[in-house]
Amino acid sequence: MDGIDVLIAALRVVGVFALVLLATIINVWAERKIVADFQNRLGPMRAGPYGILQTLADAFKLMFKEAVIPRNVERLVYHAAPFLAVVPALLIAMNIPWGRPFTIGEREILLQGADLNVGLLFILACSSMAVYAVVLAGWSSGSKYPLLGGIRGTAQAISYEAAMGLALVSVVMFSATYPGAEGGTLSLAEIVERQAGTWGGIVPRWNIIPLIPAFVIFFIAAIAETNRAPFDLVEAEQELTGGYFTEYSGIRWAMFFLAEYINIFSMSALTATLFLGGWNGPTWDGVLPAWISAILPTVWLFLKTYVLVFIFFWIRATLPRFRYDQLMQLGWKRLIPGAVLWLILSTVVIGFRQFGAPWS
Amino acid sequence: MGEWLSQPVNWVYLVVGVLTLVSAFRVVTSQNVVHAALFLVAALGGVAVNFILLSAEFVALVVVLVYIGAVIVLFLFGIMITRAPTGLDVALDNDKKLPAALISLVVFAVLSYATVTTFGNAELVEIGTATDTASLARAFIGRFVVPFEVVGFILLAALVGGIAIARRDLTPLEEESRRSV
Repeated sequence: MDGIDVLIAALRVVGVFALVLLATIINVWAERKIVADFQNRLGPMRAGPYGILQTLADAFKLMFKEAVIPRNVERLVYHAAPFLAVVPALLIAMNIPWGRPFTIGEREILLQGADLNVGLLFILACSSMAVYAVVLAGWSSGSKYPLLGGIRGTAQAISYEAAMGLALVSVVMFSATYPGAEGGTLSLAEIVERQAGTWGGIVPRWNIIPLIPAFVIFFIAAIAETNRAPFDLVEAEQELTGGYFTEYSGIRWAMFFLAEYINIFSMSALTATLFLGGWNGPTWDGVLPAWISAILPTVWLFLKTYVLVFIFFWIRATLPRFRYDQLMQLGWKRLIPGAVLWLILSTVVIGFRQFGAPWS
Repeated sequence: MGEWLSQPVNWVYLVVGVLTLVSAFRVVTSQNVVHAALFLVAALGGVAVNFILLSAEFVALVVVLVYIGAVIVLFLFGIMITRAPTGLDVALDNDKKLPAALISLVVFAVLSYATVTTFGNAELVEIGTATDTASLARAFIGRFVVPFEVVGFILLAALVGGIAIARRDLTPLEEESRRSV
């Protein structure tokens, strides 16, 4: 660990930060364009070609807007809540392997903020901390609508976290079946590496193929955790005049918005990493120039991520919002039993294939 | 003492330990129930950091995931749906402070005594090497499998008991109205 290693680590962290912010700028614009297309209108067209600079214009506007602070707020908590929203979102993005590690000289450079050996658990912990922003923003505003939004947010997060965690267990267990692997792994970098190669030379060895029920449960729970439509009861405009951030304005409001879009992006990237093979894909090493082969894995990951981001927007444009009891029914009576059932089934099958029948 | 202070890890431990103790104290002295819950979050966060300092990343993250991410969130949920005062809540204070303080001191003394007599000067794994999650799993499923299963069974019993207590059978009229929805 010398100066250059520290510099590389700092660059990795700043790089992920920049990447996530850039992706957010594009995603906000992309959502407006995609939803506009679904609704047969144009969407933003004025700022830049096809309105691509619209997000930047909005961001600057929000930065210079007056931040009105109502008299009844709990000052300290009210000011802390937007940060509590953004920090867990960024921490999740830090853990995702954005590309294949490459070596310059003798140093191996990971394209990942940090490779924790308990990465998956870290991501679950961060995503469960994100609910503090919702509940504290709702409470500290000292007003009824935000409080209702906060309560809804807590109930929703608790309901869907369990399903999400249960769905991930089968991914960890399945990673143990990779040839030559000793037991499962919680490290995201290793989960990606264990999805390399193909089955029978044609089908890519992605987790989604054997684990499609886990994928479906995880993705639904991810939409719920990010409070996106049709799970956006937390910020239902028509019922709660905006939900937990009703009393926020200017840059503080923008930070909640930023956290939501970072979460969409990093949850999509996480789903791609866990189920769609991450950065795995043909790189044609030796055929193409080395730098293209080094970039291609990142390109594959981005393609997979953006397919999922598009699905996020697609669902938002298509489905109406759930009613509260429907939300609870789906969470507790469908997803959690489904996840438990799938967990038992996959445990039995994986155990059988790893160790053989118990009576033999 | 000088040697102990020369290690940067111990400095982190000292700062985090003091913050944890202060937050734990504020949990019981805070006049606002939401603030008390938030101080509990800080105290548990300090505990998690201490686990990381002891190279037990898995346990640290489980503390964050289960206690900070679920238990305190449930506390907050309970507070929000019953009463969520902003500002001070005088009713939180009562005159049984002294017995409470005494009992917690006794518990602290017993726990410290038990820990010191059991472990004494036992060496931990080398600071800075992460504990393998697989070895933890092996310990749970191997050597400690019976206590592990017993704890699981007790938790399940507690869960079923909780539902049985909280559950209220519907009157025929209510059942009728529910069916019509």
